[in-house]
Amino acid sequence: MSALLEIVDLHVAYGKVEAVHGVSLTVDEGSIVTVIGPNGAGKTTLLAAIIGLLPSRGDIVYAGARVNRISVEERVAQRLCLVPERRELFAAMTVADNLELGAFHRHRARDRTLGKTRDEVYQRFPRLAERRAQLAGTLSGGERQMLALGRALMAAPRLLLLDEPSLGLAPLIVKEIFSIIATLRATGVSILLVEQNARAALQIASHGYVLETGTVALAGPSEEISRDVRVAATYLGRAPERSLPS
Amino acid sequence: MRRAVLLVFIAALLAAPAAAPAFWITLLNYVGLYSIVALGLVLLTGVAGQTSFGQAAFVGLGAYTTAYLSLNYPAVSPWLNLVVGMAITGFVALAIGFITLRMKGHYLPLATIAWGISIFYVFGNLDFLGGHTGMSGIASLSVFGWELRSERHIYYLIWLIVMASLWTTNNLLDSRPGRAVRALKGGLEMAEAFGVDAGRLKIVVFIYAALLACISGWLYAHLQRFVNPTPFGINQGIEYLFMAVVGGAGSVWGAVVGATLITLLKQLLQSWLPHLLGREGNFEVVVFGILMILLLQRTRDGVWPWLSRLLPGAAPRAVSAAAALPGRARPHGMAPLLVVERARKEFGGLVAVDELSFEIRGGEILGLIGPNGAGKTTMFNLISGALPLSGGSITLSGRQIGGREPFQIAELGIGRTFQHVKLVAGMSVLDNVALGAYLRGHAGVTRAALRLDRREEARVRAEAAAQIARVGLADSLHATARSLPLGRQRIVEIARALAADPLLLLLDEPAAGLRFLEKEQLAALLRSLREKGMTILLVEHDMDFVMGLTDRLVVMDFGQKLAEGRPADIQRNPVVLEAYLGAV
Amino acid sequence: MDFSIAVLLAQDGVTNGAIYALLSLALVLVFAVTRVIFVPAGEFVTYGTLTLASLQLGKSPGTVGLLVGLAGLAGAMEVYAAARERTWHRLPRRLAIYLLVPLSIAALVHLLAPLTLALPLQILLSVAMVTALGPLLYRVAYQPLAEASVLVLLIVSVAVHLAMLGLGLWYFGAEGSRTPAFTSASYRVGDVQISGQSLLVLLFSLLVIAALYVFFGRTLYGKALRATALNRVGARLVGISPGLAGSLTFTLAASLCAFSGVLIGPITTVYYDSGFLVSLKGFVGAIIGGMSSYPMAAAGAFLVGLLESYSSFWASAFKEVIVFTLIIPVLLWRSLTTHHHEEEE
Repeated sequence: MSALLEIVDLHVAYGKVEAVHGVSLTVDEGSIVTVIGPNGAGKTTLLAAIIGLLPSRGDIVYAGARVNRISVEERVAQRLCLVPERRELFAAMTVADNLELGAFHRHRARDRTLGKTRDEVYQRFPRLAERRAQLAGTLSGGERQMLALGRALMAAPRLLLLDEPSLGLAPLIVKEIFSIIATLRATGVSILLVEQNARAALQIASHGYVLETGTVALAGPSEEISRDVRVAATYLGRAPERSLPS
Repeated sequence: MRRAVLLVFIAALLAAPAAAPAFWITLLNYVGLYSIVALGLVLLTGVAGQTSFGQAAFVGLGAYTTAYLSLNYPAVSPWLNLVVGMAITGFVALAIGFITLRMKGHYLPLATIAWGISIFYVFGNLDFLGGHTGMSGIASLSVFGWELRSERHIYYLIWLIVMASLWTTNNLLDSRPGRAVRALKGGLEMAEAFGVDAGRLKIVVFIYAALLACISGWLYAHLQRFVNPTPFGINQGIEYLFMAVVGGAGSVWGAVVGATLITLLKQLLQSWLPHLLGREGNFEVVVFGILMILLLQRTRDGVWPWLSRLLPGAAPRAVSAAAALPGRARPHGMAPLLVVERARKEFGGLVAVDELSFEIRGGEILGLIGPNGAGKTTMFNLISGALPLSGGSITLSGRQIGGREPFQIAELGIGRTFQHVKLVAGMSVLDNVALGAYLRGHAGVTRAALRLDRREEARVRAEAAAQIARVGLADSLHATARSLPLGRQRIVEIARALAADPLLLLLDEPAAGLRFLEKEQLAALLRSLREKGMTILLVEHDMDFVMGLTDRLVVMDFGQKLAEGRPADIQRNPVVLEAYLGAV
Repeated sequence: MDFSIAVLLAQDGVTNGAIYALLSLALVLVFAVTRVIFVPAGEFVTYGTLTLASLQLGKSPGTVGLLVGLAGLAGAMEVYAAARERTWHRLPRRLAIYLLVPLSIAALVHLLAPLTLALPLQILLSVAMVTALGPLLYRVAYQPLAEASVLVLLIVSVAVHLAMLGLGLWYFGAEGSRTPAFTSASYRVGDVQISGQSLLVLLFSLLVIAALYVFFGRTLYGKALRATALNRVGARLVGISPGLAGSLTFTLAASLCAFSGVLIGPITTVYYDSGFLVSLKGFVGAIIGGMSSYPMAAAGAFLVGLLESYSSFWASAFKEVIVFTLIIPVLLWRSLTTHHHEEEE
């Protein structure tokens, strides 16, 4: 497997405060990699820099080329897509319009396989198909997350950046979203998943990084991270000294 | 060193009339008049964040009042006219401010354009004010019987008033109300949480800026001895704002720099451009507009910050010992301090907090925990008053909190911190913490502007310094808030809350983003506060952090109470584990 | 006031209101997509009228020079940006948009001006000419500040307004111009005289509004603009660049303003500095629409037209005072209700 995304010594400032200090990480083509860590560790800032919403120092190499200097829109055109924590849907527009705009650059490039992608998205999320004429702002939390995912899939991404897809969702919906994410890999999409729900994230990811106060505290295959005593105590709620049942 | 620069500046001002040709004196007079108006805008727009395009209308009120009175009642002293003009302006500003300052975002600047134009048309259409032709033959001013007939004479009065306004405005910024004004821009919610009546304070600042404009107008009328509506229209109002922005709306000196730059620039363009281009026209407006665009594209903070860097930094004022501020009467024992009864909050159809009841006993640390989206922060905001209750009641020592504004709740004795740190970034740690003691001082704008607040100010500063020492940040007393790392900024927030001498301390995710060691220090600090009798409510996501620290926990999920009890019991509660630990 | 005067005033009010409505829509559009309060809208209106007036006289309008100058500047900025970001592959397309198209329009207007073509063609040329200024202005003045606060953008707008005002005097002189009516037809309904000109203005405005409605509801680019207005971050994440949205918006807005200029020309004498007051009335309409609702903005503009018409009958000296004071309660109501929404979110 080759690296689709390679980040080397990345520094990102949010406002005047540097929130990410020298992070390096790699996402191999066709893999799911997760970044876990507490609130305020710099996870969202890291994703914002990768997609280009925030300027950064260091290298972001995507599909073999350094992308630091190019705009968000050009990164999207190169099939690098972010599903943000706040979803950022077009609330006063219909589900169908949201999806159509998800493929904005493909429309501009007169991509003929668009219709096929749309059918696939509706197949994957039947609830979106039912609600295609409904305004995005009237959807429930889970449906919004599905629409955000669906909108990103319309761009036919090679690498999907997911920021806290489980945030604020009921456990049952979280389960559904995670199983969908897991199946996406089968279609050849690579995924960088940022999550607070460390347990669920580590279950579907092959590799994990623990981000603490803007630096990588721990990295390795998911099973190793899950076994790490401190991670278990802090993020998995299995403090060994207190031996909680899980 | 800064003082030396100031002295040189004043000496140059004093010497100017003796050395400079009449033309330059005229220009300097205008620079002075504009500076006074721009100074008001520095306070109103640059510091308090309330944009006004309408200041020229207030200048007009000052000018027209004295023009009308001195033509119709020549026996009355122009100085009395000034008082009348200020009374009228103050009243008009109060009325306009009362209506328009509630507006948010871009509505306010648009409203200022609207009333600016309306007042301009009123001047031009009232026959007793001379209509569009205006009024001429206004008397000149006299000071102690000495008539200021020539421009060289009134020059001294103008610049005396400029310096006096700079002094009062600077005093105001470095005071109890000043700290609150500096927090208005971007920190409204925070300011209100410490007892600042933001609505009232905005009106006060608006009136202050209007009065400065009125004084400038009064001087203008007696300098020109003629008024017509033109200089009080919206275009001039726009120019005043330009001056403040170009000069640097964050500092009082920005007003003088901006007024000087723009006046000189316009003069230069007016005299040189026709020569350069070989034809008449108002090209200066074109060049002026283009230069403005370029300037804003290059630097958005104006010229002063850039100039200021050339000067050496002023040494921070030391904190002197002072008598302690009076403290709050504290209830004793473990009686319930805060009682939440069937609290309910709906957003549209969504129920964020659903019939939640719990109480906090005096002297304990209570943790409010739950998974993301469980309604913890909403519950927190109901207690702090940031959100109104949809149902139920919350009482502090038996007094109702529901239905009160945040600044009234602060007065009852609740101090809080914010999940996303809300410090005034450019202000020192000391000033930030002193803002916490806002309700323990009384100095108003007038006392502060005239420096009559120093004794109380010393006590407030001593209290703030003591609280900073208490949380272990004594070494960062004079550092600007933005220069501290996030972990320390959170501690500053705690010191600020403590400076309010609260009965109950509300902490919103204080451990978020902290390193392991910082968390340990924070926990130790909170324990020591509890030992001194402080009651603390902690909203947290980090389970590990609350387990070792709190006396009791309330667990929320889907807006409801899932469990309540000692941390050890909560840890073994299977329902909590299922919901909280995000089982998949 | 008897009935026939009332109807006459209403007719005046509706005609002016229709013109203000186009401006209100332009202002709402620009603000919603770019957060720019489009103060220079008034100058686009006067440029529209005065460009047409120049063409009527068979003169090449002064605005040709501005178009060439702005195109040169925008082209230079694109080359500089491409050099700095090393994105040369984008340059040809950008230069075509920002340099080639405006220069062609300028050349066309300059060459065709002496021929004194038929009125509809002159109108077309004037509108094309002024429309071309829109995206260039966005590129040169606003795009470098796209992330700035609304306040900074507002101040830049005011600066642009001043610069364009001064240039207007230079290009067109201090004398006012009035363009000929599109039609001299007039219809009698009962006691009331209805002018064909008024009907045409109304019809034309309604047509433009309908076209906008289709554009925003049906087309990809229309939807992209709506999306940008609704959620800027979301729009960037699907690949709609703020630069594209901005120049498209300014193109539309400039053409709306140019149309209003063409429509207002036969009604009143337009001077180089008439635009500001006209655009402020469009503002009142836009503000009634909360700077976000198109139908409300258009309705507000008609209200302003009627109010102005009737107040000029009763208290003509205070007509401006009445119109602008009207804003304040509306702003207050808007501000308070908007606040409510923010709280609920």
